[in-house]
Amino acid sequence: MSQLLFFNVFNGLIIGAFYALMALGLSLILNLSGVINFAHGGFLAIGAYIAYMLIPYVGFWGALVAAPILTAGIGLIVERVLIRRLYGRDPLYSLLLTFGLAFIIEDGTRFIWGAQGLQYQIPSWLQSPLSSQMFFLTGYRVFMVGMVALIVGALFFILNYTRLGLRIRAGTLDLETVSVLGVNVRILRNLNFGLGIYMAGLAGVLAAGMLGLQPNIGDSLIMPSFIAIIVGGLGSLPGTLIGGLLIGVASGITTVYLPAASEAVMYVMMAAVLMVRPRGLFGEEGRF
Amino acid sequence: MDKVNFRSGDIIVWLLLLSAPYWLPLMGGYVELGSEVVVFALAAMALNFLLGYTGVLSFGHAAYFGLGAYGTAMTMKYLVESTPLAILIGTAVGAVAAAIIGPLIVRLRGVYFAMCTIAFGQVFYFIAFQWRDVTGGDDGLSAWHRMPLNFGFAELDILNSNKAFYYLALAFFALAVGSMAFLLRSPFGRTLLAIRENERRARFLGIPVDRHIWLSWVISCTMVSLAGSLYALLNDFVDPRALRWDQSGTFVIMTVLGGMRSFWGPLVGAAIFIVLRDYISSHTENWQSFVGLIFVLVVLFFPRGVLGIIRRRATS
Repeated sequence: MSQLLFFNVFNGLIIGAFYALMALGLSLILNLSGVINFAHGGFLAIGAYIAYMLIPYVGFWGALVAAPILTAGIGLIVERVLIRRLYGRDPLYSLLLTFGLAFIIEDGTRFIWGAQGLQYQIPSWLQSPLSSQMFFLTGYRVFMVGMVALIVGALFFILNYTRLGLRIRAGTLDLETVSVLGVNVRILRNLNFGLGIYMAGLAGVLAAGMLGLQPNIGDSLIMPSFIAIIVGGLGSLPGTLIGGLLIGVASGITTVYLPAASEAVMYVMMAAVLMVRPRGLFGEEGRF
Repeated sequence: MDKVNFRSGDIIVWLLLLSAPYWLPLMGGYVELGSEVVVFALAAMALNFLLGYTGVLSFGHAAYFGLGAYGTAMTMKYLVESTPLAILIGTAVGAVAAAIIGPLIVRLRGVYFAMCTIAFGQVFYFIAFQWRDVTGGDDGLSAWHRMPLNFGFAELDILNSNKAFYYLALAFFALAVGSMAFLLRSPFGRTLLAIRENERRARFLGIPVDRHIWLSWVISCTMVSLAGSLYALLNDFVDPRALRWDQSGTFVIMTVLGGMRSFWGPLVGAAIFIVLRDYISSHTENWQSFVGLIFVLVVLFFPRGVLGIIRRRATS
């Protein structure tokens, strides 16, 4: 029993790490630009499919580096061409636009790569279990958690110790003042959007290694990411991170005792948090 | 002058709706398409009660649409085979769910409200998807059908006559839309407009804003579940896609496409959207991309909607 519990807690942690990776990207964009990027799951799929195309040429490691960057590039273009026009307008419009984008991306990937699932090769030494006792602890799973930790660490480093990060944080609080101080807000928002999409692309490459590729691969991750943001509190990145891990582990534990409710428990948590703290665990009063 | 225009517009809309089963086939349509437009128009107009007239952005209305649909389908299948009772129960299920979820979200605004409505909406999708024994899971709930209405002195055969069902749907549409129009002209409706225009001022005037938004939310969701209930009866079938998030997006785009600041806008938007989707999906497998494209184009080029543009032309 304890091994089963441990297995599911660890599994929950992996899934939670994914939720957090997705949710952090969403959160970055939401905080600075006020846009809920519904197409985030679509960008995740794009990242995964780009990796699928690159792997025969550059191998898994090359794809792991290149695919998220290429995805971010697509994100920069999308922001520049479509989303930039909607800043300052009712959030309704950006939501609808990203909604439409999500449709187009999902259908487009299905058109290009087909509806059936695809697989790609991950290095064989990552696939073997670490020990016979803990058969579920494959190298790939540990590697994924490590990778997410690394990227999240890098993100917080960028936000706290670089000029770009400083500007993003300042812009989140008061974009107008940042603009008045001479920062090009258009470029800032563009880069910030790219950063968010980079994380979606990376999540895609990692997730597809475990779950395989499907056009709707992002679908099952986008809702939990929303919940992670709501539970953690809008406007707080550490909150988003904790929210993601929290709901992941909670749904992992629930799987042990009541498998059917593993999805529902996230919504129950969200309801409970909203009842006690309408702004989320780490959210601040006044914003949003 | 303005008022007279408004009235004549009303009359034209009702005349078109009442005669639709007779002119639709002449224009290459079919009666079910008309019923579908009426059902979705009701859903979009109900959403607009909240979106356009209260100024609150809900992206989770599909949940209540689907609850109405499932409530009706399950009543027909498991409880009693009575169309009126099924509609009543279906609508009540959606209303109760909205009333319970309402207090959790009415304090939130803007994007935050939208996100929470989306997330809460998905709860019901997962329940419908996973509770296979009762809801049929992904395959949906079939093997039931709507029953003819028996008034004692006469019988309306909505089962076999498409026109009869169209008029039943239109009757409910008229009832719901009429009561929403009535509410919007009442002091309650004016208060909602005040909240939309300036929430802070409304609050300073002593208006209990959260309670008004809650009421508006419940009314809107109830009307949407009525639409969902009719939707289930129209198809004699319901599946989890009726309450998925993309359905919510469809309601919003219909509303925006038609024009959210006008009462009949969502009806126009629903008609355009459904006819377009019907046409596209019969010509290409990749209709989803085109629907997505409609979303993008509407946002970029028609943010005021069809009626919004017409109105602006008329005033300038």
